[in-house]
Amino acid sequence: MKFGVIQFPGSCDERDALAAASRVGEAVLLWHRDHDLQGADAVIVPGGFSYGDYLRAGALARFSPIMTEVERFARHGGLVLGICNGFQVLCEAGLLPGALLPNVSLRFVCRQVLLDVVNADTSWTRACEPGDQLSIPAKHQTGRYWAPDPVLDELEANGQVVLRYATGNGFNGAARDIAGVSNHAGNVVGLMPHPEHAVDPLTGSADGLRLFESAALVAV
Amino acid sequence: MSRHKELGLTDAEHERIVALIQREPNDVELAMFSLMWSEHCGYKHSRKLLQTLPTDGPRVVLGPGENAGAVDVGGGLSCAFKVESHNHPSAVEPFQGAATGVGGILRDVFAVGARPIAVLDSLRFGEPGESARSRYLLEHAVAGIGHYGNSIGVATVGGEIYFESAYEQNCLVNAMCLGLIETEKLIRSAAAGAGNVVLLFGARTGRDGIGGASVLASAELGDEDAAKRPTVQIGDPFEESKLLECSLELLGRGLLVALQDLGAAGLTSSSAEMAAKGDVGIDLDISKVPLREAGMEPFEIMISESQERMLCIVEPERVQAVLDVCARWDVLATAIGVVTGSGRLRVLDGERVAGDLPVPALVDECPAYDLAPAPPARPLYPAPARSLDDGADPRATLLALLGSANLASRRPVFEQYDCIVGSRTARRPDQADAAVLMLDANGGRRRPALAVSIDGNGRRVACDPYRGAVEAVLECSANLACVGADPLGLTNCLNFGNPEKPHIAWQFSRAVAGLGDACRALGIPVVGGNVSLYNEGGEGPILPTPVVGMVGELPDAVRAGRLGFAQRGDAVALIAARGWAPARAGSELAKLRGEPLEGELPAADLGELRAVHAAIRQAVRSGALHSAHDVAEGGVAVALAECCVAGGVGADVTVDTSEESLFGEGPGAFVVSGPRDAFAAFGSAVTVIGAVGGRELRIAGALTVAVDELAAAHADGLVQLLG
Repeated sequence: MKFGVIQFPGSCDERDALAAASRVGEAVLLWHRDHDLQGADAVIVPGGFSYGDYLRAGALARFSPIMTEVERFARHGGLVLGICNGFQVLCEAGLLPGALLPNVSLRFVCRQVLLDVVNADTSWTRACEPGDQLSIPAKHQTGRYWAPDPVLDELEANGQVVLRYATGNGFNGAARDIAGVSNHAGNVVGLMPHPEHAVDPLTGSADGLRLFESAALVAV
Repeated sequence: MSRHKELGLTDAEHERIVALIQREPNDVELAMFSLMWSEHCGYKHSRKLLQTLPTDGPRVVLGPGENAGAVDVGGGLSCAFKVESHNHPSAVEPFQGAATGVGGILRDVFAVGARPIAVLDSLRFGEPGESARSRYLLEHAVAGIGHYGNSIGVATVGGEIYFESAYEQNCLVNAMCLGLIETEKLIRSAAAGAGNVVLLFGARTGRDGIGGASVLASAELGDEDAAKRPTVQIGDPFEESKLLECSLELLGRGLLVALQDLGAAGLTSSSAEMAAKGDVGIDLDISKVPLREAGMEPFEIMISESQERMLCIVEPERVQAVLDVCARWDVLATAIGVVTGSGRLRVLDGERVAGDLPVPALVDECPAYDLAPAPPARPLYPAPARSLDDGADPRATLLALLGSANLASRRPVFEQYDCIVGSRTARRPDQADAAVLMLDANGGRRRPALAVSIDGNGRRVACDPYRGAVEAVLECSANLACVGADPLGLTNCLNFGNPEKPHIAWQFSRAVAGLGDACRALGIPVVGGNVSLYNEGGEGPILPTPVVGMVGELPDAVRAGRLGFAQRGDAVALIAARGWAPARAGSELAKLRGEPLEGELPAADLGELRAVHAAIRQAVRSGALHSAHDVAEGGVAVALAECCVAGGVGADVTVDTSEESLFGEGPGAFVVSGPRDAFAAFGSAVTVIGAVGGRELRIAGALTVAVDELAAAHADGLVQLLG
């Protein structure tokens, strides 16, 4: 199993994502200006502030050369995970529905949160059971998931709502407490909380490892 | 007014310059001197005092004088760290002032080649309950720190905030950064090799921050401060993020001879200091400096404090390789000069010589003044407003203290900071008395780690500058002991008023004496730091505020201590040094009662406290203790309450219920918990006072409060004050 983790200028969590993915497989960094996914079986678009969040979070990174390859890879069923800024990039790229708006508090918040696994049948949640609770930290200022109500209804009907903030754990004002969504096929998932920062009990929790393990299950 | 006075130089200093260079300096040269000889760059009122601090130790790798100090942390690694102030810019424009304070200290750390792993902040503001300005400064300074640290992906893992009316006009924003590097890859800032190329990389140079070091940092604040906004720099963390990665790649590939960040006094100080350290000369051609706007004067280019810029020395055959790495990171890089053997800093504007000065005159000949200390004839600080009646019972007193501005939970602030990026944070804010960061995020079976704490209590230093400064060192050492860490070194930021006034000189010199004595007694070297003087507004000086940042090591993060009571049924014990004598002078209780800052602080037996700290450290490391918390502001009662709130569990204890024993302050005590036999090693220092359990904190004969009520008072205190 080989993970590729994209590095944009302004990425912050790419090394942590690389280390997390390395716990379940091989992992390499992919350079934003390249057109080469280096044979990765799964691509992680990491957190951070790609291009300084200028214009709008994720709006510029989505035009990086590497994203052309990610889009092609995703449309052919390749496994793609967007974390935080990566989730914003995937929404901007049209690979995931909806958008991320500024938190209702208009403040950056860093907090350990509990997530309910809603759909355990995606490429990135297969190692979970529906109803599992995962303790994973969230840290963002622009993480309020939003989509028009008819779209939200459709997402719920299709099982595309993958993760929700558990009762009392949402802080950003996300529509229907949505923390993570998938595309229709379930191979592309984006979430605001950071599973790569929850792979070691010493730093708070190892629950995030389940997402990386899920991808490895698919590959096998 | 004559030109040199406008720039902050005295007549005598001007005469000294003329004598040194044997002629009148031109405008460019005068501007350069005014910055290099400012307090901020030249330390002219502090150098003699700073030389009394102990700087040697077996683990010191880089001492004071480099961009950051560094200590050996084992396994071939060193930790580089430093604290620096950005007080005056933050008082004028808090968001950018605080943001660029973080940016500057990050650059100091990666300028020695270390990857920054953590930031801590020490903040002081006026009373938030009384002052809208203080609430504004707090909100925007915190947002600025978060904006910069979060965006660049360096964890903000700790800090402290105090509110006192003496900081109303002149807030304090001190930022500390730690970085890690393989020791053999540390790079110094000394320029070397005549013919080598001087290369500027990073952001373009603009008119922002012109004269920041002399105009803002080395003079008192006054009514005209709004007009000084152009002297505040504007930060761009995205630019710095690229600059950081680019610098580390250049160093990793061994392409650089020397590296230096551009901070206060911009190109002037960076080039002069690199030349001075290498005992060489430098020719700079300022016509090659990429500018943000056309028509900048030569002196403006030389003293601009535009952020996110670095200067490096490169061998000619490696210049292309350096330019290639910079291009890969979209970082602008330009060869702007050359190292010479002349010992002079020459400023060329194309063909024209705009300035030509001997480097030693700029760097080494800056005058060092003797202070004229004298204790103040009358109290310097008015008594605070009373907020608690003398007749309040212990229960009401405890709740008032827990919810007070200085003691309430800092969660509303630290939740705005990313404390986990880097995957090494084993103890986050509120979990322990010090932050704990693993050396290797991916770790093996044993997880060696660093612990770091920052502290300084201006109230206590105002009561007694010597003992108050001793306490700042003790407090950090105690915090490290509670997570099981052994101190390796410290950095300090000395925030004081105008040292030309005898009573400030007295505060300053007594405090430095206390710092030095405490460091010597505890065996902790000072590896670097910063001085911020002239912190005065119209209503007088700030509280004297030496801030200490201390780094220590622990063998295994798995056993890092926690502050919260962990297990029902555990015994609770008070560990106290023999001479521990908590008192009301300078305490938070005294503040709530509206009492002035006076009275005698308890003395500290440093030898005994060193032994107590070592015993705590050993007991935490061995796993014998389940929790350890140092008794500080608010005394034993507040410490017990904090252990209950952090653990989400109550305790039933019996202690002396005199006011001094419950709420008095003084160094030398800890609240710990664990199995009863865990305390044997403490001998006569330990008193078992009760047990963990239930949902209330009960102090027999004094008070009973539900833990939920304690938690609510603690959690809501700052939220309510900030509205």
